[in-house]
Amino acid sequence: MLKTRIIPCLDVADGRVVKGVNFVDLIDAGDPVESARAYDLAGADELCFLDIHATHENRGTMYDLATRTAEQCFMPLTIGGGVRTPDDVRDLLLAGADKVSFNSAAVADPDVIARSADRFGSQCIVCAIDAKTTEWDEDGTPVKWTIFTHGGRKAALDAEGNPIDAVEFAKLIERKGAGEILLTSMDRDGTRAGFNLAMTRTIADAVNIPVIASGGVGTLDHLVEGVTEGHASAVLAASIFHFGDYTIQEAKEYMAAKGIPMRLN
Amino acid sequence: MLTALVDYNSGNLHSAHKAFERMARERGAGTIVVTSEPDVVAKADRIVLPGDGAFPACKNHLFTYSGLFEAIEEAVVQKGRPFMGICIGMQMMASWGREYEDTTGFDWIPGEVVKITPSDPALKVPHMGWNDLVVDHPHPVLDGVDSGDHAYFVHSYHFKVTNPVHRLAHVDYAGDITAIVGRDNMIGCQFHPEKSQRAGLRIVSNFLGWVP
Repeated sequence: MLKTRIIPCLDVADGRVVKGVNFVDLIDAGDPVESARAYDLAGADELCFLDIHATHENRGTMYDLATRTAEQCFMPLTIGGGVRTPDDVRDLLLAGADKVSFNSAAVADPDVIARSADRFGSQCIVCAIDAKTTEWDEDGTPVKWTIFTHGGRKAALDAEGNPIDAVEFAKLIERKGAGEILLTSMDRDGTRAGFNLAMTRTIADAVNIPVIASGGVGTLDHLVEGVTEGHASAVLAASIFHFGDYTIQEAKEYMAAKGIPMRLN
Repeated sequence: MLTALVDYNSGNLHSAHKAFERMARERGAGTIVVTSEPDVVAKADRIVLPGDGAFPACKNHLFTYSGLFEAIEEAVVQKGRPFMGICIGMQMMASWGREYEDTTGFDWIPGEVVKITPSDPALKVPHMGWNDLVVDHPHPVLDGVDSGDHAYFVHSYHFKVTNPVHRLAHVDYAGDITAIVGRDNMIGCQFHPEKSQRAGLRIVSNFLGWVP
């Protein structure tokens, strides 16, 4: 049976981990490769590096990180942040990434997903979608989610100047050939209040590619809900693992005890 | 001893290269070389064919390298050198690929590569993530790998073998998905051993010591 994945995400700037990674056995907690190795040993199912500055001058640092990580961690590695063109995908794959995540470049031009998937296969093309709830019905149930950029401050607009509906956009990039969606709720990110479950479920049910739930995890129950109520295929979290609140193994055992198929060996 | 990892411009060889290199070092199994040269393939003791993307594209890429497939075929079929296909490299061992269009494979193992259609429509395609292997037939390359061990998959098509004896392992995804095929000196993994941590590295190591 296919298992639900737990994916720790490391925010990287200038080759260093931005949020703390609190493992006792780390020699250099700021070195993403050291952290990756620790997560590999801890049983993470995949790893994600997000280059949060992603300036052109910093790309070399990210390639070097991908290469060094792939030499030591024999598990899937996704890299995102500042990916604009199919050539960027190629450079990251050659450096050692297994999947590459588009974000704002795909909002600006969804065809970049198609051009990349045609060249490298859908299996390595992830599309990150950052969205938040913008409409509720009279009962207060969220009914509409819109794509935001710039850390949730700015609504993304289509060519006609209209807000972009997250569900329609998810279906569009699936048609373009994305292999997976990394869905972050900007209204929950950093709050530790749990995933935006209504949005996650609506999008996961609307597409036939896997959806990774992200943004807002504060407890192990949040991880469980992301799967049981959000219908996500994988859950991504940063803080609860980096700051040592829970280990990957604790999270997996907890989810397994709640009836979610997990890889425990 | 020389193991050739065939580079035909199809996908990420870096992690496969590093995984094979590490296991070759651990068991003293010689050198791993990444190559597109028919001459190098011809003198290699073992051959690994990876591949990511679509079946027809991979096959086209492979055949743009003049003499490369002929060198692989001579080494594997005529000379019986150990061969491992990974992902699309495994799928191309089939008679036919049905992705986008009907494409002939190497026809080394009878069968066809068809779209995954889980009986539960709620299940996603691609089949992406960790799934537990069910070993159908023991094999020296699977030594130390048991049913229940996990491997990392990412694919939308899978290899339906004509003769069940050629399916060495499968996984369950609301129906059987072929995980490992093999016959004689050939083995193929649908999953990525280089991404499958313990079980994957064990398979790589076993392959490097395999004497069919």
